[in-house]
Amino acid sequence: MSGVLASMIDGLLVGAVYGLAAMGLSLIWGVMDVINLTHGAMIALGMFSMYLLFGALGTNPYVLLLPVIAAGLLLGIIVYWMSVHWVVGRSMLMSLLSTFAVNMMVIGIGTAVWSTSPYNVNFTLPGITIGAYTFTGNHIAAAIAAVVLALALQLFLYHTRTGKAIRAVADNREAAELMGISTTAVLTIAFGIGIALAVTSGALISTLFPFTILSGSVYQLKSFVVTILAGLGKPFGALVAGVLLGLLEGVVTPFIAVSWIPLIEFGLFVVVLVAFPQGIFGRATA
Amino acid sequence: MIFRRPFFWLILIIAALFVYFPLHGNNVSLREDLILVAIAIILASNLNLMIGYTGYVNFGHIVFYGLGGYVGLYLATVRGWNLVLAALVAGLAVSLCGFLFGLLILRLRGAYFALATIGVLQAVQAFVSNFDPWGRSTGMYLSFDSYQPLGGAMRALWITYYLVIAVMALSMILSLAIKNSKFGLGLFAIREDEDAAVVLGVNATVYKAIIYSVSAFLPAVAGALMFYKNGMIDPSIAFEYMLSLEGIVMLMLGGQGVVMGAALGATLYEKLRSYLLTSSTLSNFHLVIAGGLLLVVVLFAPGGLIGWLYRLVPRARKVIE
Repeated sequence: MSGVLASMIDGLLVGAVYGLAAMGLSLIWGVMDVINLTHGAMIALGMFSMYLLFGALGTNPYVLLLPVIAAGLLLGIIVYWMSVHWVVGRSMLMSLLSTFAVNMMVIGIGTAVWSTSPYNVNFTLPGITIGAYTFTGNHIAAAIAAVVLALALQLFLYHTRTGKAIRAVADNREAAELMGISTTAVLTIAFGIGIALAVTSGALISTLFPFTILSGSVYQLKSFVVTILAGLGKPFGALVAGVLLGLLEGVVTPFIAVSWIPLIEFGLFVVVLVAFPQGIFGRATA
Repeated sequence: MIFRRPFFWLILIIAALFVYFPLHGNNVSLREDLILVAIAIILASNLNLMIGYTGYVNFGHIVFYGLGGYVGLYLATVRGWNLVLAALVAGLAVSLCGFLFGLLILRLRGAYFALATIGVLQAVQAFVSNFDPWGRSTGMYLSFDSYQPLGGAMRALWITYYLVIAVMALSMILSLAIKNSKFGLGLFAIREDEDAAVVLGVNATVYKAIIYSVSAFLPAVAGALMFYKNGMIDPSIAFEYMLSLEGIVMLMLGGQGVVMGAALGATLYEKLRSYLLTSSTLSNFHLVIAGGLLLVVVLFAPGGLIGWLYRLVPRARKVIE
């Protein structure tokens, strides 16, 4: 029984990182009504940027998060101007396909450079041992980093002028424009932040598990499930839902093979979408 | 009537050419090239039913092809069924699965559906990789004896080729027939405005589930034929995500919503891909080029090549559908 409990706590810690990844997806979706299919590729790029930086500098990976975040912002702005800006407001099909095209290009370049063999970031923090179980330091540190970043985003969105502008654009783009908000600038920033979150979560995941250039797609599916669970446009809800998903994985992993997890997640995705279209934190009418 | 449309005869001519060229001089390497083109046309044409006609993106279209391959190979080897029968039953079984699945996930609208299709692919792959009768992640092999009923391996390969070409022609005819039917009009209505279509009496959920399952049938048959021809199957080649994605690129390149667009895009893309894969410097970058191509088409020419032709020669609409 205590084995399940340990597995649950571990799931909870990893879940915070899932939540962070999903916040990026949720923010972009909520603000510009674009489902960012580069999400998985960006998570994978985060993993490899951590791998490269750690390999080159050898410093503490949690310090390296700062350059990773900055690079993520920049990357997000580039991707926005490459593919998203021209299709915002057009049919969803177009933005799905254009972000998807960028995804293919990133995965293609990544496969050419790193092939699809696994890599890992060789860094271990001392863990905490309780009885027969050890919680690795990396899991704890990653969860703390994820929660801190999530709180920072929450503060940014609700206590700064730019954050307010982002929320205004998410609510009603035309009205925001009439109030003198430059929507193009706001969309660029929001997309940059969304990608930065994806990249950062990828960097954190790289300290937990081995990864390949294709690993991003697994976490992309998780991010979709989490975003749907939380309901759209609720970034902080995404963190909570991420923790819930991690908890669920923690509960089931002692009993079934890991390869079944995509099936369970997909089932959850469909059930939640059909039964709670507003997310589990949403009201029936919104 | 469909026979009175010039495009119907054009399809038959294309299929006849596909048969004539490799047969003329027993050109096996040309046959192998053309079978890949035919498979690409089958996948793109049936994907067109979803994306082009109904306006619903299916990122996991390859699931049908892979599942068809599994069911077909299972029936042909383990059960020892006749190839044509096995392929047809595979098609029907996958279609039925598609219909039941469709009723469930097609309650989702637009983008949510697109996300669900990514999940379908991963879920089915996870299921097959854990499914004992189908050999889990190692897959299944065809015993060489299975080719005997068709008169040995050599003849069997030619027979599967003709069957694949027949499926290709059927795919295009099916697209044409749906386009010119009342059912097709209902789908177009859903594509343009689903709410309005529902108000006007189109039962959107059922229509979508039907087209989802129809778009599953021929790819599943083709999968059964193709994996029978290859003699083996495993989850990673059956559910190759990249092929699923490339299908979308083919369709957008040629022109979504147009029968000829799917076929033309599939042919050109398949040629481009085989050129890139054989070139030593570019082989690693075919995905990058495919992505770039998709981006350019989506941003600058959403109608694809055929859309461009239509603008150039408006009369072309009458012949090329």
